[in-house]
Amino acid sequence: MIETDGLTRKFGDVAAVDGLTLKVNEGEVFGFLGPNGAGKTTTVRMLCCLISKTSGAARIAQYEVGNAADSASIRRIIGLVPESVGLYEGMSAYDNLDFYGKLYDRTESQRKESNDYFLKMLGLWEKRDAAAGTFSKGMKQKLAVARALIHDPQVLFLDEPTANLDPESAKTVRDFILELKKEKKTIFLNTHNLDEAQRICDRIAILNTKLMAIGTAEELERAVKGRQTVIQLSQMSEAVVRALERLSLSNLSYDGARATFDVADPEKENPPVVRTIVQAGGEIQTVTVKGSTLEEAYLSLVKKQE
Amino acid sequence: MNLKHSWIIATKDLKAIRHRRTILYTLVITPLALSLLFGYIVQYAVSSAAPGTNVSDFAFLLDAFAFWFAIIAAILPSPIASYSIVGEKVEKSLEPLLATPVTDGEILLGKSLAAFIPTILASFAGAAIYMAYADWALYGMVGHLYYPNWEMVVILLLLAPLTCLLSIELNVIISSRVTDVRAASQLGGVVFAPFMGLYIAGEIDVITLNTLTLLVISAILAGLAVGMFYLSTHTFQREEILTKWK
Repeated sequence: MIETDGLTRKFGDVAAVDGLTLKVNEGEVFGFLGPNGAGKTTTVRMLCCLISKTSGAARIAQYEVGNAADSASIRRIIGLVPESVGLYEGMSAYDNLDFYGKLYDRTESQRKESNDYFLKMLGLWEKRDAAAGTFSKGMKQKLAVARALIHDPQVLFLDEPTANLDPESAKTVRDFILELKKEKKTIFLNTHNLDEAQRICDRIAILNTKLMAIGTAEELERAVKGRQTVIQLSQMSEAVVRALERLSLSNLSYDGARATFDVADPEKENPPVVRTIVQAGGEIQTVTVKGSTLEEAYLSLVKKQE
Repeated sequence: MNLKHSWIIATKDLKAIRHRRTILYTLVITPLALSLLFGYIVQYAVSSAAPGTNVSDFAFLLDAFAFWFAIIAAILPSPIASYSIVGEKVEKSLEPLLATPVTDGEILLGKSLAAFIPTILASFAGAAIYMAYADWALYGMVGHLYYPNWEMVVILLLLAPLTCLLSIELNVIISSRVTDVRAASQLGGVVFAPFMGLYIAGEIDVITLNTLTLLVISAILAGLAVGMFYLSTHTFQREEILTKWK
């Protein structure tokens, strides 16, 4: 659904996004992680045809980003929730949605149907005639998401949708995104909330001007630090140490009666290690496989680049 | 260009203006106060004129007063255009609007219409009140209706729309550089300064604000409006708004 190839945007000599190549599949919730100033918003703005690219290519559905003739078509099939919700605060919730419905050339009956549907679905129906300026942050964010969906877009771009929200409001917005996931919308989620990315996204890309890594949360965790096996013995003997050292395990270390080493495929690599320990007379109490967290993976990648 | 999109944006802004008391008061009070003041001055001048005074003795005054309705059309769009553009910038509601299929030109036209329509209506209403008052005051001396004359026709149908357009275009350019509605409105208001200069020049007999002069001024303004149109449309582009506007 979304494809970029060497997508680059420079401001003067400074690259905000440098050679971004990725593919987002239809119906996928794609998380775009990165620190402040990593180029996440710039990427979204390029993909939404709001700003131009310096070089590279990008496509959304069958349309070419950067091709003036395709820009309007792209904007017709996407919905954007920018970081600042940007509602018309003096207008009612209903009128905010209706205004955008009109701009997408929806008929009056289509507008009424979708306005009513979203306002009811998001629990804003009772407040439909109240000015958006009187809403809480969470309600505003929900209204902004509804606004981006009013024309039934194929792709939804969400730029930090839960930033600055209290936990309850953030949960409401996240639950709504999960609802959209069920409707098979392609969702491009900019966030620096790792927990949110892990819970919602099918795949995650880590960006820090350049693309650092891409994959499922699990793949990213493994790719950065791999997994570790921790074997707790009742007692560590000389024989066990000698036997383990003969196996040439990666990053093998000891801490009292505990042996730790890196594994790429624990299910395949652990049984021979366990056998070796037992044969050397060791008594195993527990075998634990430890993975690095997404947070560790993220920090490691970002630090590595800096 | 889809004019329907521009009209949707214009009506949204016009609705918003209705709730802005300061803008509403400016739109109503400025033309009303000036038309009544000018009408009263004409009435006073006629009533205190020596016997045998001819209307041509008042011509410079009447021409100058009529010219004020072109100046009003330059002043009134400023608060509206500032609110409509800088206001959206401050509320950060431009980005979602720019993400719709609506073109930059359609948005700009919509915002311009929202400033143009109430300004022209207010200027016309003010001019109508002034003309009625002045005609009533002058009827005894002239024996027929003095207004509408050709000067007023040129002012209302050519000069006022052009000064209004220039003011809107200037406000678009200013909007890209300021982050405060009031500052934009005040800066935009400076557009009336050259017209005040023309008014004063008329008052002190440096120029005569007759039909021919007004047509020449209109032609110059039309040229300026074309140049400013290029600048304002260049300023009001998605890329510029999101990357260069303050």
